[in-house]
Amino acid sequence: MSFPDPTETFRQEARELLEQLELGLLDLEQNPANDDLINSTFRALHTIKGSGAMFGFTAVAAFVHEFETAFDQVRKGQSPATPALIAVALDAKDHIHKLIEEPDEPHDGGEAILEALRVVIAGGAGVELLLDEVPAPAAPVAQVAPAAAGESPWRIRFRLPGDSLVYGTNPLLLIEEVRALGPCTVVALTDTIPSLDVIDPEVPYVGWQIDMVAEDPREAIDDVFLFLKDGMELSVEPLAEAVVVPASEPVAEVVAAVELPAAVVVAKAAPEPVAKTKVAKVADKEPAPVASSSMRVDAERLDELMDRVGELVIAQARLTQIANMSSDGNLKTIAEELERLSSGLRDTTMGIRMVPIGTLFGRFRRLIHDLSRDLGKEIEFVTTGEDTELDKTMIERLADPLVHLIRNSVDHGLESADKRLAAGKDAKGTVRLSAVYAGAEVMISVTDDGAGLNAARIRAKAEENGIITAEQKLTEQELNHLIFAPGFSTAKEVTSLSGRGVGMDVVKRTIDSLRGSIDVLTKPGRGSTMTLRLPLTLAIIDGMLVRVGNGRYTIPLAAVEECVELPDGVEANARGRNFLDIRGSLVPFLRMREVFGTKAPIEPHQKVVIVSSGEGRVGLVVDQIIGNNQTVIKQLSKLHSGIKSFSGATILGDGTVALILDTAHLVAFGQTYVDQGRAA
Amino acid sequence: MSSAPQAPMKALTLRLQDELFAVEAGSVREILDLVPITEVPNAPEFVAGLINVRGRVVPLADLRVMFGMDRPEPNQDTRIVVMEIDIDGEPTIAGILADKVHDVTDIEAASIEDAPKVGMRWRPEFIKGIGKRNGGFIIIPNLGRIFETQGARTASPAASEERSAS
Repeated sequence: MSFPDPTETFRQEARELLEQLELGLLDLEQNPANDDLINSTFRALHTIKGSGAMFGFTAVAAFVHEFETAFDQVRKGQSPATPALIAVALDAKDHIHKLIEEPDEPHDGGEAILEALRVVIAGGAGVELLLDEVPAPAAPVAQVAPAAAGESPWRIRFRLPGDSLVYGTNPLLLIEEVRALGPCTVVALTDTIPSLDVIDPEVPYVGWQIDMVAEDPREAIDDVFLFLKDGMELSVEPLAEAVVVPASEPVAEVVAAVELPAAVVVAKAAPEPVAKTKVAKVADKEPAPVASSSMRVDAERLDELMDRVGELVIAQARLTQIANMSSDGNLKTIAEELERLSSGLRDTTMGIRMVPIGTLFGRFRRLIHDLSRDLGKEIEFVTTGEDTELDKTMIERLADPLVHLIRNSVDHGLESADKRLAAGKDAKGTVRLSAVYAGAEVMISVTDDGAGLNAARIRAKAEENGIITAEQKLTEQELNHLIFAPGFSTAKEVTSLSGRGVGMDVVKRTIDSLRGSIDVLTKPGRGSTMTLRLPLTLAIIDGMLVRVGNGRYTIPLAAVEECVELPDGVEANARGRNFLDIRGSLVPFLRMREVFGTKAPIEPHQKVVIVSSGEGRVGLVVDQIIGNNQTVIKQLSKLHSGIKSFSGATILGDGTVALILDTAHLVAFGQTYVDQGRAA
Repeated sequence: MSSAPQAPMKALTLRLQDELFAVEAGSVREILDLVPITEVPNAPEFVAGLINVRGRVVPLADLRVMFGMDRPEPNQDTRIVVMEIDIDGEPTIAGILADKVHDVTDIEAASIEDAPKVGMRWRPEFIKGIGKRNGGFIIIPNLGRIFETQGARTASPAASEERSAS
């Protein structure tokens, strides 16, 4: 196995942290006084800085350091998290992203962002800064020149954990960070260095003692040593005035003057009732951050695992079949046991690949934020169903189409504030993003409460672009779908965001390639909804095995609503209407024998499996319902991908191949019956 | 085929009805006895079936359809040749039904001639060349071409809808 590239690891981690940072900032905008949010944002920054420096991303570390310094004002409550601040901070986040992704490219503008950040911060923190500059009128620590109100001498002593150098800690960088907190004197503690013959070059024997004048630095110091807390010795204590030494004094004297018994450092065992109040290992002070319980795994390995589980399920199905034919009770028991285990294993394995769609939705909040700013439209962004889970690869491929749809909703759908007010609507537009399970599919919809699609303009534009002719008659649905035609755009002006006519056709193509579909629903003046329907393309599903003629087929169980027997009466006028009365509602049905052109003689007691997809339902007439089975989905080759009735194939317990019915397609096909029925 | 001296073609020879065919031996994955074939409704006759090859679902092609031959029921000589075929630049595993599989043999490059443009029962683009061996002819089919043609036909709207909607 190859050793993973550490910088790539850092990038991956940084990407996640930046995402976290962005979400934190956006939440903060909604909720500016939330300390938890401020702290988590700060932590994300700090981690990026720390690991950036560790992996040689010095530009990143330097920039983040400045960012962090500015943001620290917010954390101390000296500057409020204003929208202006959030906006600049988001720019800063983007800058960090660029620095990390393209470390070799020159990236200007960092300084400008920092300047803007400082200005915004200063705007809110003016009073505090002023206070810092005024010397304390009656300073109790008068000898210490730079001491301002609240500042006092402190002594920090630390020794790094024995393995810290091995893990890439650079003590000099740590000391640099401490020095940034205020004027200080640094002394190396060399007392524990062993003789040369036993020295281990990878162990940090040297400790450091730093005397500094600052406002209570304990928290800041904690941050500096955030990654090393465990196992290190660290003490931060206020220093008695007598031993405060101006930074200019020669080091040798300082050592002499402040030489303390070693006991002080570890005095937590017997705290002295002196001014040295706080001597403790930081690790004791607060619980170490809970180690993240997630780990990264190559997607390829997951695929491999999934394949293996698939094979196992097929083998298990064979065993079950053999066990059912045998009279051996033990065999039956073990077959059942194995069935239970393999189905559990299947669910777990599939669960690993499933990611809540909320991870995707989170990204769009930034998009809405930017769109709102660029277009000057106030937008309320509402998301529901974030916990709906989809296969990870699917989620990744959905990102771009959803960006297009949301942009379109905001840019074309939502009207400007005055137009909205004139139409009697709230000036603030709403964009809703929702995800919900529907049978064997997931429905993701983008809804806006804007003007809706303008049918007349779509028609005019389509004719102009030669997509349709003036004579062509189209249903409302067909007309709405014209927006997905390549080269189509109704926006009068091309904005930077949308209207170039690329995009919607790409959306359509991407969704098609995922075997999904798009529905458009629009009400003039009330807004429109774009709904994506996607199969839960799981590698393994629960299926219902049916027989039509001599062929066996699998129907995804999640799509099955119920099974009924085909009434004899319907059989009699078979050439007439193909509708069933299911508890009062008419459901069209398809005779699978006819759809498949089966030549075998018709059998009595035909069964109907009612399947649903989204709103629609259709009955599938089959010869026999065999039972349920676990179905490993195998993609059909290119040679058969044109046959729309099937979404794949699977291997049955006896080793033969069975086709999996594409219920969404069959329902849509059944729907044409309904339309024909109405037309007739 | 150029007439310059070339390495002989390592070929698997198989029989379809009365004709001897040769396919590139290097592309052959394995040769199977007849296995249960699952019929794919509404698929073109040429690739009307699916088979299970060691846990993979593999399309089964019948070249006899493309060469307009009779198709009697399989007998004890019938074999399935599992091959890797390049379809539109995408390597695809497919099975080919053979009435009988003979052997692996070398066909001298010099003996391979282009398919004649006229005087042939079959579409010339389906044939890469015709080789000679032991005084007989061996047809070298252009499998990639045959499968591509078929793929294009399948991709057009399936006929199933029209049939059942009537």
